[in-house]
Amino acid sequence: MSLLRVNELSKGFGGVLAVADLSFTINAGTIHSIIGPNGAGKTTLFNLITGVYRPTSGRILFDDVDITGKRPYELAALGMSRTFQNLQIFFNMTAVENVMVGAHLHLQPRLLPSLLHLPSVRRRDAACRERCLELIEFVGCGKYRDADAASMPYGALKRLEIARALASQPRLLLLDEPAAGLNATESREIDDVIKRVAAQGVTVVLVEHDMKMVMGLSDHILALDYGRKLAEGTPEEVGKNPDVINAYLGAAN
Amino acid sequence: MQMKARTTGLAAMAIIIALLPITFPNPYYYDIADTALFNAVLCVGLNLLIGYTGQISLGHAGFFALGAYASAILTLRWQVPPLAALLAGAVAVGALAFVIARPILRLKGHYLAMATLGIGIIIYIVLNTEGWLTGGPDGLMADNFTVLGWKIKGDGSWYWVGGGLLLLAVWLSLNLIDSPVGRALRAVHGSEVGAEVVGVNTTHYKVLVFVVSAVFASVVGSLYAHKTGLITPGIGSFFRSVELVTMVVLGGMASTFGAVVGAIILSVLPHVLTTFEDYEAVVLGLIMMSTMIFMPKGLVPTVMRRLRRRRAAA
Amino acid sequence: MFAEFLQYLLSGITVGAIYALAGLGFAIIYNSSHVINFAQGEFIMIGGMATSSLVAAGLPMWAAVLLAVLITMLVGVALEYFAVKPARNADVVTIIIITIGASIFLRGMAQIIWDKESHSLPAFSGETPIHLMGATIVPQSLWVIGVSFLAILVLGWFFNRTLFGKAMLATAYNRLAAQLMGIRVKRVLTASFGMSAILGAIGGIVVTPITYTNYEAGVMLGLKGFSAAVLGGLGNGMGAVVGGLIVGVAESLGAGYISSAYKDAIAFVIILFVLFFMPSGLFGKRGTERV
Repeated sequence: MSLLRVNELSKGFGGVLAVADLSFTINAGTIHSIIGPNGAGKTTLFNLITGVYRPTSGRILFDDVDITGKRPYELAALGMSRTFQNLQIFFNMTAVENVMVGAHLHLQPRLLPSLLHLPSVRRRDAACRERCLELIEFVGCGKYRDADAASMPYGALKRLEIARALASQPRLLLLDEPAAGLNATESREIDDVIKRVAAQGVTVVLVEHDMKMVMGLSDHILALDYGRKLAEGTPEEVGKNPDVINAYLGAAN
Repeated sequence: MQMKARTTGLAAMAIIIALLPITFPNPYYYDIADTALFNAVLCVGLNLLIGYTGQISLGHAGFFALGAYASAILTLRWQVPPLAALLAGAVAVGALAFVIARPILRLKGHYLAMATLGIGIIIYIVLNTEGWLTGGPDGLMADNFTVLGWKIKGDGSWYWVGGGLLLLAVWLSLNLIDSPVGRALRAVHGSEVGAEVVGVNTTHYKVLVFVVSAVFASVVGSLYAHKTGLITPGIGSFFRSVELVTMVVLGGMASTFGAVVGAIILSVLPHVLTTFEDYEAVVLGLIMMSTMIFMPKGLVPTVMRRLRRRRAAA
Repeated sequence: MFAEFLQYLLSGITVGAIYALAGLGFAIIYNSSHVINFAQGEFIMIGGMATSSLVAAGLPMWAAVLLAVLITMLVGVALEYFAVKPARNADVVTIIIITIGASIFLRGMAQIIWDKESHSLPAFSGETPIHLMGATIVPQSLWVIGVSFLAILVLGWFFNRTLFGKAMLATAYNRLAAQLMGIRVKRVLTASFGMSAILGAIGGIVVTPITYTNYEAGVMLGLKGFSAAVLGGLGNGMGAVVGGLIVGVAESLGAGYISSAYKDAIAFVIILFVLFFMPSGLFGKRGTERV
């Protein structure tokens, strides 16, 4: 039941390997976390999986299909979406429009019908808007539905990005530090959203620094250091692993 | 809500276009109005590229000129019916835009500005140089526009053609922006990578909007050739491209009505400034700088926001 | 055969030197502020026009040159202060319009202060052509090449050996870090416009005896300078110099062997070709987008 398989993946930036010879598997229907100190290669790994970067070597399989080197929009069509550590919100649009872009693939966007605003386009758009409003409600941004994204607070934008990703109806959702920069209450709200997303059958992969969140949520954890696999297993196993403790506490030990 | 604002805007425009000629003291005003309307149509198309999708082009006058020359050459030398010539020009310009769009739109910011500027200047130089086809610096004559035996003649008739075309262009643009395609275009402006990860093929949409805006320019160019009767390479110059971008930015990027307002102001301005003659360039430069410094979002969005804020306060 | 080639090469290097100075001007301003200054060509025009009118007014050459450079520098500083600084955080398109507006404004002013006629300057050291392996070169060309080379050397010394030059480089590299280290970033911005203006003026003055100048002369020179800067990779000073020479030589060879009518198109054909295959120019940094 492997949904995503990464085989001997490497990515170098001018001679430095940010991800080195990494292999792991993610099973469908789990919450999977990737942890590691700053610069461990977590975000690079995300960028490789979602097609933002091309790997130097190695393969990535999604649902047993080789997706190495495919562009992000192609992966979205296959059922993969993500959020970003640094917000990639469309600040020139409203909240609900942001989420509606997420539903892009399900709208048959064609030029001529769009130019003429044919009734079929309008009907689909109206239905799409309803679904997207539900998603906004689902992530807890209901009161901002028609607000300009540029006027929304940071915490709400983090959740809006999740709603946008969900609108593409992914089977695999990658969240890059969803709780970064949030206070304790907001963190707990995100935590709750992630649980409910997973409960709907979406496989979630997290990169997160908030250890409490990671330990509480994850079925499975992958620990990285210097782009290599340090440990892998259940939260208990990884939490007890001496290498992981060492990497996090470093010289203090 | 949005639907309503759109219909009111269009209706208001239609009324203004219909009633404006009453205030014209002499036929010369029609000539100015025609130019303003044509520029407005072109800018509505260019705004899709610059304002909504966030991709600059400093070479759009080149596409305008190609449309104009295609019409003049085809109708005059090969007796092609004007409408067919216009369509042929549009297809050719669209094809050219399509071919260059892919490599060009990979570029960002200043590199994109440089590349589009280069395309525009090359077109301008070709029009100047290939005299056997284009008449060189002296330019080319173009005949009246006839469709199904009906001849569009005189600035008065062109006014109604331009007005109708502008209403159509604004309607299409407003439709597009509020559609899945339009949202994808705006998403490209907002965050390319953010759009990609939810399935928007950003390259496809950048190419699409580049072609659409080039076709807009070509069609307007064709009509312009028939209206003025004489075209010279100057209509495709770098300065003209800059003027078009300024219209869009002055009126307000990512605002369809803004593009119209900007085009009209800058088209009418030179005629107001003729009294200053030598100071025309100085005043134009000052206007460009000061609007961008004090109203970087452009006239229409700035005014709209002030109005909304005042309404909210009341 | 060879003489002809040499002839084209020499005239190519002469204009190329001017393009290099203009390109360098673009690079300096771009580095310190990420602004592309479309009024760079106007600096060249002002330098030439001011010198020519001051000489006509009876000033000795050296005084006219000094004064003209000073005037152009002040124009550059004023441009930064009044037009660029107030729009600091605006996006690329907005700033492009501002500097294009500035170039139109300066052209308009030139037309009012001077006129629409062509102006010239006497050659610095006579007009007796020098013969060189079958090709001829006017002494003024040597002035152009020599002065440009000297200006580039001085600039290199300035950036690598002086504290203020290093501060400018540091600001280009990381503005915030430079500011935290106590570098007065605002002063760096002003200086970059002043220096670019000086470079432009120098180019304009030495080339005027050969090409003449008028209020519109800066447009094409500016655009070629921009091509040179982009060709070399924006923000790379040496790249801009090499880019300028490439553009100048290619133009001259193209005009000689292919078609003189397409002389001005050649720079842009090259630039498109390079950008299609190397989207950040010949020596530009290939950045990976961080998300």
